[in-house]
Amino acid sequence: MGTSFGRGGATTFPADLQGSDCIVIQGSNMAECHPVAFQWVMEAKARGAKVIHVDPRFTRTSAVADLHVPLRAGSDIAFLGGLIHHVLTQGADFREYLVAYTNAPTILREDFADTEDLDGLFSGFDPATRHYDPVTWQYEGMKVAAAAGQRDEEHDDWVRRRARAGHETQRADAMGSHGAVFGGRPERDETLQHPRCVYQVLRRHFSRYTPELVEELCGVPRELFLEVAEAICSNSGRERTTAFVYAVGWTHHTVGVQYIRTAAILQLLLGNIGRPGGGIMALRGHASIQGSTDIPTLFNILPGYIPMPHAHHDQDLAAFIAGDAGDTGYWGNMGAYTVSLLKAWWGDKAQPENDFCFDYLPRLDGPAGTYQTVAGQIDGTVKGYFLVGENPAVGSANAKMQRLGLANLDWLVVRDFSLIESATFWKDGPEIETGELRPEEIGTEVFFLPAAAHTEKDGSFTNTQRLLQWHHKAVEPEGDDRSDLWFYYHLGRRIRDKLAGSADEMDRPILDLTWEYPTEGPLAEPSAEAVLREVNGWGPDGRALGSYTELAADGSTACGCWIYCGCFAGEVNQTARRRPASEQSWVAPEWGWAWPANRRILYNRASADPGGRPWSERKAYVWWDEDQGRWTGHDVPDFEPTKHPGYVPPEGARAEEAIGGADPFIMQADGKGWLYVPSGLVDGPLPTHYEPVESPVPNPLYACQHNPVREGMARPENPYNPSGGAPGSEAFPFVFTTYRLTEHHTAGGMSRWQPYLSELQPEMFCEVSPALAAERGLEPLGWATIVTARTAIEARVLVTDRMAPLKVGGRTIHQVGLPYHWGPNGLVRGDAANELLAVVMDPNVHIQEAKCATCDVIPGRRPRGPALLALVERYRRQAQSPPGGGR
Amino acid sequence: MGLTGRRQGWPVLAQVRGPDRLGRGAAARSARTARLQPRTASADRVVKSVCPYCAVGCGQEVYVRDGRVVQIEGDPDSPLSRGRLCPKGSASLQLTTGSAREHRVRYRPPHGSDWEDLDLDRALDMIADRVIETRRRTWQEHKQDGTRLRRTMGIASLGGATLDNEENYLMKKLYTALGVVQVENQARI
Ligand code: SF4
Ligand code: SF4
Repeated sequence: MGTSFGRGGATTFPADLQGSDCIVIQGSNMAECHPVAFQWVMEAKARGAKVIHVDPRFTRTSAVADLHVPLRAGSDIAFLGGLIHHVLTQGADFREYLVAYTNAPTILREDFADTEDLDGLFSGFDPATRHYDPVTWQYEGMKVAAAAGQRDEEHDDWVRRRARAGHETQRADAMGSHGAVFGGRPERDETLQHPRCVYQVLRRHFSRYTPELVEELCGVPRELFLEVAEAICSNSGRERTTAFVYAVGWTHHTVGVQYIRTAAILQLLLGNIGRPGGGIMALRGHASIQGSTDIPTLFNILPGYIPMPHAHHDQDLAAFIAGDAGDTGYWGNMGAYTVSLLKAWWGDKAQPENDFCFDYLPRLDGPAGTYQTVAGQIDGTVKGYFLVGENPAVGSANAKMQRLGLANLDWLVVRDFSLIESATFWKDGPEIETGELRPEEIGTEVFFLPAAAHTEKDGSFTNTQRLLQWHHKAVEPEGDDRSDLWFYYHLGRRIRDKLAGSADEMDRPILDLTWEYPTEGPLAEPSAEAVLREVNGWGPDGRALGSYTELAADGSTACGCWIYCGCFAGEVNQTARRRPASEQSWVAPEWGWAWPANRRILYNRASADPGGRPWSERKAYVWWDEDQGRWTGHDVPDFEPTKHPGYVPPEGARAEEAIGGADPFIMQADGKGWLYVPSGLVDGPLPTHYEPVESPVPNPLYACQHNPVREGMARPENPYNPSGGAPGSEAFPFVFTTYRLTEHHTAGGMSRWQPYLSELQPEMFCEVSPALAAERGLEPLGWATIVTARTAIEARVLVTDRMAPLKVGGRTIHQVGLPYHWGPNGLVRGDAANELLAVVMDPNVHIQEAKCATCDVIPGRRPRGPALLALVERYRRQAQSPPGGGR
Repeated sequence: MGLTGRRQGWPVLAQVRGPDRLGRGAAARSARTARLQPRTASADRVVKSVCPYCAVGCGQEVYVRDGRVVQIEGDPDSPLSRGRLCPKGSASLQLTTGSAREHRVRYRPPHGSDWEDLDLDRALDMIADRVIETRRRTWQEHKQDGTRLRRTMGIASLGGATLDNEENYLMKKLYTALGVVQVENQARI
C-alpha cells in the first residue's frame, strides 16, 4: 500500500464499512478471524450493501455474504486483473478522479517494455543476478536538468543507485510510510490518449486478463465473475463507494505485495480511495502488529519507516538523507525526522558536530530477516536468540528448520506465558521422537522468563486501523512474571552497569544511550507513559510536541517515532481517550489516537472533487470551507488545513509546498495515487500473474512460471515440491491452504492452553471435498496424512462441500484446507501445519508463501519415529525433489 | 424456616399458587439463586483495557476485587466493538488468571535433561553476561573493504506483534545501540 498511496497502513477503519455500498472480502475470512469488526459488514448488508466473498473455501464469511466466489488459491492477481480489464474495457472508471488524483496521465519512457512484450518479464531483467534494473521503468521527463546527455546519465545512475540501495536494505518496507522519491516533474497527458501514458500501458498490460482467462486460470465461471465486476462498477462513482477487505490470504505469497497493488489499482480506477465507505481495509492478525511495524521490531527500518542505513563508503547523515529523502512531498522532511530520532536516543551526545551520532547506528549489507537468521543459526553464526511472545517452532514455515536452528544456539531466552514448543524443543520436539536429535547432544542454554499479561501493565496497542489505544494496569503481576518493558529496561541497565568505564569504541553507543526512565511500584516497573512521551517527542522548551510538522533538523527537537508525534500532545496521553461511542459520530475522533495526526481515513482530500466540494452529498466527508478558508468535515483533513484547492506549487518548491491543492496523496512525490509504480518495488511496476512456487499447473499467461525475482532458500532442510507439470510433480497433486479459526490464535500460544478455547476447537483437522475423500479413501472423522517434500503431518478428516473442486486449465484441482493452530504442547495437541511449508518469499517484504503449496493426501495416521523420515524420503525420491530449489 | 415455610418455597407450589404459572420465572427461583451476584457487581474497581489477541482492538473492562482480576467484559463505550468480544476476547480472563501460566523462571543448562529453578535476578544477570560476551566475540567493526558496520550478527531477536508500542520501542532502541540488527517480528511471518 505504501508504494501505491504513500503510507503502509489500512486506508480506512472497520466501522466505516457500514457506509459501503459494496464490500469485497478477498484473502480474508473476516467473520472467523476478525469477528467483532465483521459486525460493520453486517450493518452495511442490513442497509442494502452487497457483500462478496472471494475465497478458495466456503467459510463463515461466505455463509452470510450475498455471493461466494470460489477460486484457486494463488490466482488472485489474475482475478483482480480481470476486474481491472473489465473496468478499462467498459469505460467504467471514475474519469474525473482518475485524471486529477492518479498517475494515469503520466507518460513513461520510450524504452520501457511490458510483460506483454517480453513474455512475463519487464525490461531491465538481468538473468545472471535475477534482479531488475528499474531505470527503464521511470517517467518520461525525469531529468536532473534540461541539459541533455551527460546529465541524463547522471539521473539514470541515481535511479540505479537508489534501487540498489533499496534492494540491499529491503526498501519496500520503508515504503510503509511513503512511496518512492524522484527528482523532476513528470510529463502528463490529461486526455489519456498518449500511447505511453500509464492509462494506456495499463490497458495493454491487462489486455489478456479476460473473463475467459479468469475462468481457465482461477476456476471461476464467467457469469460469476461478471456478477462481481458489475457489482463493483455499479457501486462506485460519485454517489456510491465500494470497499476491499484483505488479510494474510493476500500477503502470504511470493507475489504478496503485488496482490495488494492489484486491489490498489482497481480502487484508484474506481475512485474509491480516501472516501467514506471505500478504501482498502487491511486486517492484521495481532493486537499490535501494526504498531510493531510503525515502531519496528524489524531489521530494515527504524521507527517511523526511516530505513536502516546501509554500509557505504563515507556515508554521513547528509548523504543518507539525500539518498532517501525526496525533494517533494512530506518525505522531503526526512532530515527533521531522522535528527529528532537521534536526539531522542543519544540526547546531549548528539550534536551537529558529530552528525548527531549518526555513526552510532549499525549498518546493513544484505537481508537480515527471520529466515536468514534461522539459516545463520543452523550454520553457527547466530549464537544468542531472544523469543518474545513468538513461537517459531510451530508458527513459522518449515518449522523443523526453525527447531534445528534453536538446537544449534549457545543460548536462548524465551519470554511467554507458558512453556511453548520453542522453549521445550530440546526435550520433546518432533526430532526427539524421530531420533534425529537427542537432548544430551543439544548444547542450547535455555532461559524461560514468564511474561506479564496486558492486565498487569500499562501500555498502548496499535490496532488494524492505525489506532493507538491505551490499556491500564489492573493488578500487579505474580511471581517472576514481568512486562517486556521491565525486562528490556533492566537488562539494558545491567549491561550498561557492567560496561561502565569501558573505553572501547564499540561500547560508546550503548553507554551514551539515553536510558533514564522513572520507575514505579514494588517491582521498579519503568513508566510506560514516560516512554510514550519520548516516542511523541519534545521541543526546545522540553514540552511535548503537538504534531510532526513541528519537528526540526537542527537538533532542537527530539522524537522517538515521527508518525506517532502528537499522541502525547498537550502533555496528555491521547491514546487513553475514551469518549463513549454514543457521544460521537461513527468516525469517533475522540477515542484513542490514530497516526498520522489522528486522521481516520487516509488521503481524505480525495473525498472532495478537485475544487474542494464533496463528490456528492451522500459521500461527503472532508471539504473546503471557503468562508473559513480551511478544510473541514467529519475527520481531521489529511492535508494542510489551509491549503486552497486551487493552490499551484511555484517552480522549485520542495517538500509539502510542492504538493498542489488538488493532490491528495501528500506522501508521494507528485501527490498522486500510483496505478503504476516507477520505483520502490523490486519485482515490477505492475502486478503480473505468476504461479505459486508450488503449483499444479503451468502458467497459462507467460513463459515465466514463477515470480522471476522471488527469494528462495537453497538449503537441504528446505526442499521444494516440483511444480507446474515438471517431472515428479505428480507426486504432489493437490493444493493446500492454511488458515485460522475464531477460537484459536495463530500458533496457539495464547489459546491452546485455555480450557474454554480448547474445548471449542479441540483437534487438528483437514477439510476435503467428498470427491477427494472418495478418490483417496478418506473416512469422515478418520485420519489423513498430508505429505510434502518437507515432512508429513496427520489430521482428522472433515469431509465437506465447502471445499469445492475447481476446473482449472481443463482439469480438476482438489484443494485441502488446514488450520495452523496446533502443536505438540498445550491442552489440545496436534501436528503443526507449518511443518509442511517450505521457505520461499516475496522479494519486496520477505514474507513467506503460506497460503498455497502442493501436497499429497493418504488415509490413516502418519508413521511414528524413524518410519516418518522413511515415508518422506520415499516421496522425495519419487518427486526427484531438488534440495532447495528456487533461489 | 419451618416445614410449612419450606413447602411454600417449593417451586411446584409457587408455580400453581403464584402468578408464574409456567414456572420459568419467579416460581423457579431459589433463595440461593436470589443471593447470587455477578462477579462484576462485587468488584471494587473497573479498569479500561484492550483485548490482547487480534488487531480489531476490542475494548475491555477489567473487574478487580482485592487486587485480583475477577472478570473481563466487553466495553460498551468502544466505537470499535460496541461491547462485543469474540470467544478469544471472552477467554482473556482465563488467559490472564488461568492455571496454564508459568509463574517461575525455568532454566535448562546446556545438554541438560530437565528444567531447573533459577532466581529471576540471577537469570537477568546471566543474560546480560551472555549478551556482552557474544557481542564481543562476534563484533564486526568494518567490512573487508573498510566500510563501517558497527554491529553483531551473533545475536538475534524475534517478537513484538503482541507487545505494547512502548515495549517495542525500548527493544529497538536497546538492540540498535548494542549493534544487534537481526530484529524481527510476526509482521513478517
Ligand atoms: S461460541 Fe461463544 S461466542 Fe460463539 S456463538 Fe457460541 S456463545 Fe457466542
Ligand atoms: S475480542 Fe476477538 S475480535 Fe475483538 S480484539 Fe479480541 S480477538 Fe479480536
